[in-house]
Amino acid sequence: MSDGSAAHSLGGLPAAFLRTGSSSFVDLAAAVAPDVLPTSRSTGSGGSSVSLADLTPHATTIVAATFPGGVVMAGDRRATMSNMIAQRDIEKVFPADEFSLVGIAGAAGLAVEMVGLFQVELEHYEKIEGAPLSLVGKANRLATMIRGNLPLAMQGLAVVPLFAGWDEAAAMGRIFSYDATGGRYEEHSFFSVGSGSIFARGALKKLYAPDLAVSDTVMAVLQALYDAADDDSATGGPDMARRIFPVIMIAGPDGVQRVGDDQIGAMVDRLVAARRIRPDGPEASVV
Amino acid sequence: MSSPFYVAPEQQMKDRADFARKGIGRGRSVVVLHYADGIVFVAENRSQALHKVGEIYDRIGFAAVGRYNEFDTLRQAGIRYADLRGYSYDRTDVTARGLANAYAQLLGGIFSSGGEKPYEVEIIVAELGAAAPDDQIYRLTYDGSIGDEEHFAVMGGSTEAIAEVVRAGYADALDLAAAVQLAVRALGSDGGPGTPVRELGAEALEVAVLDRTRALPRKFRRVAGPRLAAVLGADAAPVAAGAVPGPPSASTTSAAAPEVALSDPPGPSPTPGA
Repeated sequence: MSDGSAAHSLGGLPAAFLRTGSSSFVDLAAAVAPDVLPTSRSTGSGGSSVSLADLTPHATTIVAATFPGGVVMAGDRRATMSNMIAQRDIEKVFPADEFSLVGIAGAAGLAVEMVGLFQVELEHYEKIEGAPLSLVGKANRLATMIRGNLPLAMQGLAVVPLFAGWDEAAAMGRIFSYDATGGRYEEHSFFSVGSGSIFARGALKKLYAPDLAVSDTVMAVLQALYDAADDDSATGGPDMARRIFPVIMIAGPDGVQRVGDDQIGAMVDRLVAARRIRPDGPEASVV
Repeated sequence: MSSPFYVAPEQQMKDRADFARKGIGRGRSVVVLHYADGIVFVAENRSQALHKVGEIYDRIGFAAVGRYNEFDTLRQAGIRYADLRGYSYDRTDVTARGLANAYAQLLGGIFSSGGEKPYEVEIIVAELGAAAPDDQIYRLTYDGSIGDEEHFAVMGGSTEAIAEVVRAGYADALDLAAAVQLAVRALGSDGGPGTPVRELGAEALEVAVLDRTRALPRKFRRVAGPRLAAVLGADAAPVAAGAVPGPPSASTTSAAAPEVALSDPPGPSPTPGA
């Protein structure tokens, strides 16, 4: 009843579905319908004069910081294509599942697809096994997916995610960063990825404290994104005219929650008012 | 070439049906019914680990009776079908009708093929619609026949006696506690009208709901532990079933996260020299 073709496999229950096997959706899709996976893009034999990186918009800065009740992740809203702004309201921070977040920098189209695949991967495991993966397990699954993307990364389509979530077992928020080859690194306190990450991290170094309240942590990441947009042309600052503000999500023991746009708007208004007095942001003491 | 004994096709089908029915009849039953906020699954199941009820997709639940390894294979196949379809097209393109059809094809094929023994299972696929009238309950039997059930469905052993009790007590828009208590009373009445109703406690039950009021896109939720005890112990008074309703999210990459109100007021904005 299974002829192995992708079209057929989407219609019925082919034999592959009935086999006991892996709880991974990526493995299933690779076996049954490989053409739906983001890594199925044929990259050709090279020799083309166009770099793949020029064909897709790029997403930029993501910031994450832990606080005693979880972890905050924020992303700016700009996607660029070389010197053009491709989209001014793109969302780059997503809930990966009920307790974790993923933010993306790099080739936007591929990265958004990869987030979708990662969400399904986590949900699929949870449904098949009847229990969710541990936070480190989730981080490792994401590393495997990035690793599978290496051939595309070498042609300019690198996807660099930032993963963070509430670790139920350790009762704390944790942050994981990745390189384009799939290397996974646990970060402590705060981290940032993307083109403006150098400036964002510099800002957080001066603003962050591990015992900040959640609202202060949110303000600190907003300041960091503002500083990133200040010095990096690919990172978008808050769009005051259109009221487009960074996406901010929080993962804690109650699950993933998104900070409402009204609230972020009010905080951005205060931030910008303070920057009118001191454009470089809050001043830290020298010693 | 040796010729096997001739068995008339009618007889062959009847033998296979008897075989499957006998296997199913041995197991404890499952009741699925509509309630005010969605669909509730109630199974008599003393195991906390081996589930008879499971989640397939955002708005689709699964319940089964019969041989565990067979219906668990079907459950996993259903999850694979739904996730692959939802990923390839869109989350809204996964429907219980499509899944029930796929199950029917599979079960019917196995039942009538001479090579395999028929599956000793009966399954229910239920889907939450946008509004209560759109809710669907499909019941599938071992031979691939499929029924679109109204109000409620019962499967397993002694279905007649159980269905009788549910039919007598069923009303539209029962609250969760009333619906679960009705199902539990029905499951305990499997001895027939003459026999006393068996008492079923929380430890002998597996209960789950597809809850329309749940804010997350995934509407399936197990009711267990203290929450189940509260539902069983509640008077007919309405039970608060879940959180505030939220708009259903369709897209794969925008799984809706509920909005948070930052509890502590944000500190004063930093000013130079402050």
